[in-house]
Amino acid sequence: MKIVVPIKRVVDYNVKVRPLSDQSDVDLNNVKMAMNPFCEIAIEEAVRLKEAGTATEVIAVTVGTSASQEQLRTALALGADRAVLIETDVLLEPLAIAKALAKVIEKEAPKLVILGKQAIDGDNNQTGQMLAALLGYGQATFASELSIDGDTASVTREIDGGLQTIKVNLPAIVTTDLRLNEPRYASLPNIMKAKKKEMDIQPVDGLGIDVAPRLELLSVEPPATRQAGIKVDSVEELVGKLKNEAKVIS
Amino acid sequence: MSTLVIAEHDNSNLKPSTLNTLAAATAVGASVHLLVAGKDCQSVADACAAVEGVEKVLLADDDAYENQLAESVATLIQSVASNYTHILAPATTFGKNVLPRLSALIDVQQISEITEVLSADTFKRPIYAGSCIATVKSNDAIKVITVRATAFDPVSAAGGSGAIEALGSAGASSLSSFVGEEIAKSDRPELTAASIVISGGRGMQSGDNFHLIETIADKLGAAVGASRAAVDAGFVPNDYQVGQTGKIVAPDLYIAVGISGAIQHLAGMKDSKVIVAINKDEDAPIFQVADYGLVADLFVALPELAEAL
Repeated sequence: MKIVVPIKRVVDYNVKVRPLSDQSDVDLNNVKMAMNPFCEIAIEEAVRLKEAGTATEVIAVTVGTSASQEQLRTALALGADRAVLIETDVLLEPLAIAKALAKVIEKEAPKLVILGKQAIDGDNNQTGQMLAALLGYGQATFASELSIDGDTASVTREIDGGLQTIKVNLPAIVTTDLRLNEPRYASLPNIMKAKKKEMDIQPVDGLGIDVAPRLELLSVEPPATRQAGIKVDSVEELVGKLKNEAKVIS
Repeated sequence: MSTLVIAEHDNSNLKPSTLNTLAAATAVGASVHLLVAGKDCQSVADACAAVEGVEKVLLADDDAYENQLAESVATLIQSVASNYTHILAPATTFGKNVLPRLSALIDVQQISEITEVLSADTFKRPIYAGSCIATVKSNDAIKVITVRATAFDPVSAAGGSGAIEALGSAGASSLSSFVGEEIAKSDRPELTAASIVISGGRGMQSGDNFHLIETIADKLGAAVGASRAAVDAGFVPNDYQVGQTGKIVAPDLYIAVGISGAIQHLAGMKDSKVIVAINKDEDAPIFQVADYGLVADLFVALPELAEAL
């Protein structure tokens, strides 16, 4: 069984992102980039399925600029067998990314596609579901448990208020939630080995899809700031303030 | 112009997030219809018809929609999508699951988790865990939008007199099937709907110690939440998680106990009206957003607080 794992290059989760001074976009000059954390979980799950003998090949794919090769190498170091970069000059919107991924998946014909549930840059939470629609596959989003049984996958999903278990026919799209697994770190020998693994780079223009943006970004501003309040000295004073000043408890 | 709002429900009750989503729909300015897809869910349709400002309720009552799986529901919405200029759903795990699928089926770039409606085609939404707020304009003919419930005050559940119209089934999808559900049962209010939330972080040190928080929650009628650190450490289940990757809450009072205040957590609670932080580290970033900060050992402060309430 072949597994395709689409990943994304994003700003490292420790970076505090700010708007540019002219508020035209976010300021990404000289910030540290990394693989989206949910994508690391997706790679880990695919690699574990391979280690368990369920999967035979894991293919990491991304749609992004040339710099995304760095994150594909990370995926290879974590255990993916080969990588595909659909190269673009600019960052695409989720629908365009899903269309590009659909082309790759039609060609690769995997049994399973595992993606992160959202990228921590745009926080859109769309690509996996869109990809499922474009391919006509079933979808199991926000997975905290995944098991493969013949031609179906059984997936436990994190939903508001609890857990839901569904079965999806393969091929299917699974998106990862935080608790699915704890990703490993790449070892030095595996980082060295990853440099020799195959990476196929294709321009997005060759796919024959419409990637024109549908949204216009008019501005990016900092969020309304909260003023730090006061420090109280005791629980008694705190309760007094909440009752008499803030009037939020009675 | 008319707007379709996808109702979130459990086949017997309408979820409150639908009322917040309707507030966003009202702000768009078009006439508002509600879609109820479920099984044996007439009572939900009746509740929807009574909601302020709802002109029409489309009721698709069919086996195919019993568990509201994304494949069947997205196809159903697609069957009526061309009648609308806007299609909205709450940005809950239900809306987040279904709407992007619909969006791709009708070739639209969805706008996720809006927090403000500026005009019929322009919206504000947080990006980078709320570190920045983007203003985006959609050039798609149909706007597909998920709505952050806490950013909109709910419309009234009464006073409306919408007509209920039956909508034919678009057929059941065989791509996926429902196996089971474990919904945490609690006498406390739901995290996203509670007017008071008290959350614990890594400083709680263990799941057992959460009883200190629960005691106070029960005195205040509050919901119990947690930071991602507390969830990752296995103290409490993931559905307690408040933050970028968990639930977004904006109660009247938010009490953060033993929580340092990572950006990730602040993204989920900084719109609360009043924030209280209890932490023994006086330099913890949580104090920068707290209205009232108490630098104290939580194992001393929590029993005192329980006593004082």
